[in-house]
Amino acid sequence: MSPGLSVNRREFLKTGATGGAALVIGFYLSDVRLADQARDQEKKPPNPFDAWVHIGKDNRVTLILGKSEMGQGVYTALPMILAEELSLDWRKVKVEQAPTNPAIYDHGTGGSGSVAGSWLPLRRAGSAAREMLITAAAQRWNVVRDTCKAQNGGVLHGARKDFLTYGELVEDASKLPIPDFNTVPLKNSDDFAIVGKDTPRLDARAKSSGAAKFGIDSRVPGMLYAVIARCPVFGGKVAKFDATKAKAVPDVREVVQIESVGPGAFTAGGVAVLADNSWAATRGRAALEITWDEGPNANESSDSLRHDCVENASKPGKVVRNDGDADAALASSSKKIEAVYEFPFAPHATMEPMNCTVHIRPDGAEAWVPTQGPQWAQSVIAGVSKLPPEKVVVHTTLMGGGFGRRYQADFVMEAAQVAKAVGKPVMVLWTREDDMQHDFYRPASYHRMWGALDAQGNLAAWKHFQSSTSIAAMWRQNGTEQAENGEFGTAAFIPYKSANYRVEYTLAKSGVPRAWWRSVEHSTSGFVVESFVDELAAAAGVDPLEFRLRLMGDDRKIEDFTNPKEGKPLDTARLKGVLKLAAEKAGWSKPLPKGLGRGIAGYFSFDSYTAVVAEANIMDGKVRVHRLVYAVDCGRPVNPDGVRAQVESAAIYGLSAALHDAITIKGGRVEQSNFGDYEMPRMAETPKTEVHVIMSKEEPTGIGEPGLPVVAPAVCNAIFAATGKRIRRLPVRQEDLA
Amino acid sequence: MAITFTLNGKSQTLPSDVSPEMPLLWVLRDVLNLTGTKFGCGMAFCGACTVHLNGDAIRSCMTPVSSVAGKRVTTIEGLSPDASHPVQRAWIEEDVPQCGYCQSGQIMSATAMLAKKSNPTDADIDEAMSGNICRCGTYQRIRKAIHRAAAMSAAAKKPAA
Ligand code: FES
Ligand code: FES
Repeated sequence: MSPGLSVNRREFLKTGATGGAALVIGFYLSDVRLADQARDQEKKPPNPFDAWVHIGKDNRVTLILGKSEMGQGVYTALPMILAEELSLDWRKVKVEQAPTNPAIYDHGTGGSGSVAGSWLPLRRAGSAAREMLITAAAQRWNVVRDTCKAQNGGVLHGARKDFLTYGELVEDASKLPIPDFNTVPLKNSDDFAIVGKDTPRLDARAKSSGAAKFGIDSRVPGMLYAVIARCPVFGGKVAKFDATKAKAVPDVREVVQIESVGPGAFTAGGVAVLADNSWAATRGRAALEITWDEGPNANESSDSLRHDCVENASKPGKVVRNDGDADAALASSSKKIEAVYEFPFAPHATMEPMNCTVHIRPDGAEAWVPTQGPQWAQSVIAGVSKLPPEKVVVHTTLMGGGFGRRYQADFVMEAAQVAKAVGKPVMVLWTREDDMQHDFYRPASYHRMWGALDAQGNLAAWKHFQSSTSIAAMWRQNGTEQAENGEFGTAAFIPYKSANYRVEYTLAKSGVPRAWWRSVEHSTSGFVVESFVDELAAAAGVDPLEFRLRLMGDDRKIEDFTNPKEGKPLDTARLKGVLKLAAEKAGWSKPLPKGLGRGIAGYFSFDSYTAVVAEANIMDGKVRVHRLVYAVDCGRPVNPDGVRAQVESAAIYGLSAALHDAITIKGGRVEQSNFGDYEMPRMAETPKTEVHVIMSKEEPTGIGEPGLPVVAPAVCNAIFAATGKRIRRLPVRQEDLA
Repeated sequence: MAITFTLNGKSQTLPSDVSPEMPLLWVLRDVLNLTGTKFGCGMAFCGACTVHLNGDAIRSCMTPVSSVAGKRVTTIEGLSPDASHPVQRAWIEEDVPQCGYCQSGQIMSATAMLAKKSNPTDADIDEAMSGNICRCGTYQRIRKAIHRAAAMSAAAKKPAA
């Protein structure tokens, strides 16, 4: 196995940070790691007063945000870190989005990594600025530096009772030598006054008044609105088209064809209709006459894919992991169980459909992009316009949801192509139907599980076979099939002790685009592991919580099998901690009203620990979730209320895929088109959700996604407790409840 | 003939070349540049485009602009000049928005309900808010914010002792 070739998102984000051109070659990670290191060494720390902290002489402080806000709260949490080190008055802080400049900012936003990845860099940046301000004050007063300290937006000399505001010091401070970021002293965490406190979101007001500007709200004088007719079959192309009727629609201005672009952008190409307003553009598109060449995928369907998976599962796969001899242990065990779990494609369905506004002029370009990867957007536009990247100004706008979808640059590529073709500012706008049918979906997967218990009720064997439409296979250039540990995540290093542990993988080939969906492989791996262990508990006749704790055994740290170099180890003590806390808060051992069931799940993802207890039953033939009690340990919570919000959000997102609709394929295209046939949870079915956040002092870790993997297994385990029915395919179908 | 209606308290006459069939949503967003009202689905499934028509919550994406002629339209921008409407204040205090994209529509649905039911039950909220999807799953906080707004308005109405 070559860990260097496993493409997980963490690595992707990093390579993405080197620019879009590096994207494809980025998969040869050993090279990229070296390049990264070289770059890091070259990188001189920028002046913090240019890059992160703008202080006006009037004492107004503006903190600069290099990440993208898509709802996850970085617009608040990251400035909190800077403000903490700077000892600012939080109420006076303002935030601005950074210009796209990969030399200074690590822009890529995803992998639940923004707070975790920015924690140290931002603390250092804030500390460097603070130290410079203190030095400036000491020089002004002509006193020993140690007698001065930062406090409340200024520097105080305790003995002299003198105070200088940062505004009075910034001009001198910004001219001082910049401290070494690696050795600059950081604040003692016991003195934290901002970090760790529930802090209201800075963007709540703008988002409650209609003032917040999302990508779709970008307005440029003279702009046209474009919608694109794309081949509904993945991989298909325009054979011929007639735009006469489209051009006859009032307010339609132009019709242009754009080519599809392969790996790196994965656009469908098609015919763009440009008009003075969005509505005319969609009507113009409806009037286009297009003949499609449906291409090689026109026969793919969810049925054909499932058939392939079943076939794959009847044969051994590529070995991802092999400890001991699982097959022998299974053969000799008297207590063994088997189960198959299945998952369909899942769409991101961000509330704001994809869109991108680009203006390409001969001397430069400007773009307004709701993107998780502004540097990638910049390089895509640079490539299409043939301008150097530094001539491409990318404004990262607020986003109506990201969830991984907005890491792609397909919609940016399209907008750049259309803008280039017409020479005017253009917004490419996707309708909901476009968004539902041309997403990069969470892979479909099929899992076969075998487990055995020994006479003492310990795990004697754990075997996991998976066939999926892997993400990496789509992005990999050379078409090789691999033992994809990236499709397993924590399922390749479960916390449950088994001497005989085997994991196998076979690629299921598909023309459907796939990529990172909220919590990525963990959304399915979490379900498989936490459902199957529950099945084993039932087979052993042991309480599911008790069983999990017992199988984890002594406290220990388990290396991240999928990313041993960079992933943090799984600490079973912390996982047990959240399981026990959730159980305690939920009243695990207390009886429930008749007909109601309680289920539990605990899981490790994005270096964080989550557990949830669900209370559910079946009402009118449907699963009804009444209550969710979460416990989460994501290291030091920068904004605990922000952590709770993210977990509440991930719960609903997970329930959506678990209890509502699937993306299904027929004739090489997506069958669903809008929220009418892809329903999502609404107010009435929202369970009462409690989130208990462990006030850890460990380094902060991810929280945008880890709430998701546990919710579906906990709910289905609760359904089992209530009814004795095991749910093994998602979303839950009525026939599986009957 | 040019269409005239009352928009956020002021008379608004549309340019005569605006098609009477154009949905109100696109008139607001692309013709009048009032972008607080959002496009989510275009099919009355999600509620992102909710505005008030003569005080009722409607889906502007499926409302031809001709049908609002002579009527009163209120958008999120017209609710208050400074986010001071009790519902907006409650939204901020409960820290409701995440991505925020659905929230104009959520707030417009909530305000229309509260205008009719000043002290809604959970069941009232379930029903009135059933047309609004939040992909970020902020429903629990929306519910709390609606109760908070109702309490705020009730307190404001109480005659001073
Ligand atoms: S955009 Fe009108 S209901 Fe969705
Ligand atoms: S806050 Fe994001 S969709 Fe509701």
